[in-house]
Amino acid sequence: MLKFSQLVAPGAIVAQVKSSQRDDVIAELLDSIVSSGTVPKALREELLLRVMERERKGSTGFGRGVAVPHVKHKGVTRMAAAIGLSQRGIDFNALDKQPVHSVVLLVSPEDKPEDHLQAMEVIFKNLSKETFRRMLRQAAAADDVRQLLNDADNQVLPA
Amino acid sequence: MARVETTVTITNRLGLHARPAMTFVDLASTFGCEVTVKKDDTEVDGKSIMQMMMLAAAQGSSLLIVCNGDDAEEAAGKLKALVESGFDEE
Repeated sequence: MLKFSQLVAPGAIVAQVKSSQRDDVIAELLDSIVSSGTVPKALREELLLRVMERERKGSTGFGRGVAVPHVKHKGVTRMAAAIGLSQRGIDFNALDKQPVHSVVLLVSPEDKPEDHLQAMEVIFKNLSKETFRRMLRQAAAADDVRQLLNDADNQVLPA
Repeated sequence: MARVETTVTITNRLGLHARPAMTFVDLASTFGCEVTVKKDDTEVDGKSIMQMMMLAAAQGSSLLIVCNGDDAEEAAGKLKALVESGFDEE
């Protein structure tokens, strides 16, 4: 089973995102993945455009304060995720029209749809739990989020 | 109250990723009946996008759609047709 903690790239946890605008937040999170070295820097602009294009087709703000913007690209060789938190909330045009407080950005290779689906499964298994959402939102620092992901992987969180 | 079960196979290459899952949820939500979807040991609410994403249904996987309510027959038929159409994807 894929682990949430391994999916999130080293250094790709932003405990307080700078902006409350969707596109700025996506850019900040993508940059954190690029900085981790998981995704080639040369792909940054195109990935950014593709994620935003995907959001325009339908928001990935699926409700309850969470959003999971994502992109598949042939230049990406392994999956990587970033997590961003916002206390004041981000306008993500979410399905329930509520501001988003937790964003998980997922970047996947194009030719491995099963891996992408499994990553989404791990992400949503956790995001669908009220306890996980609350603890994620309350995390004050990146280390707290890391610990939460480890606990979630080890199934020590209450359902 | 009618209860209708139907089995479908995911045909599109990318599987039940976010966009088709959303299309499924949108269609399921137009019906009054309860819609549950089962894959292996996982059973989820077919009207919840967050839960549908937990299925990780890849191409070739088999889903059991269970509809429970007055319009179950119509719901099951239309949801099955949607999945079998491959969600207008390759």
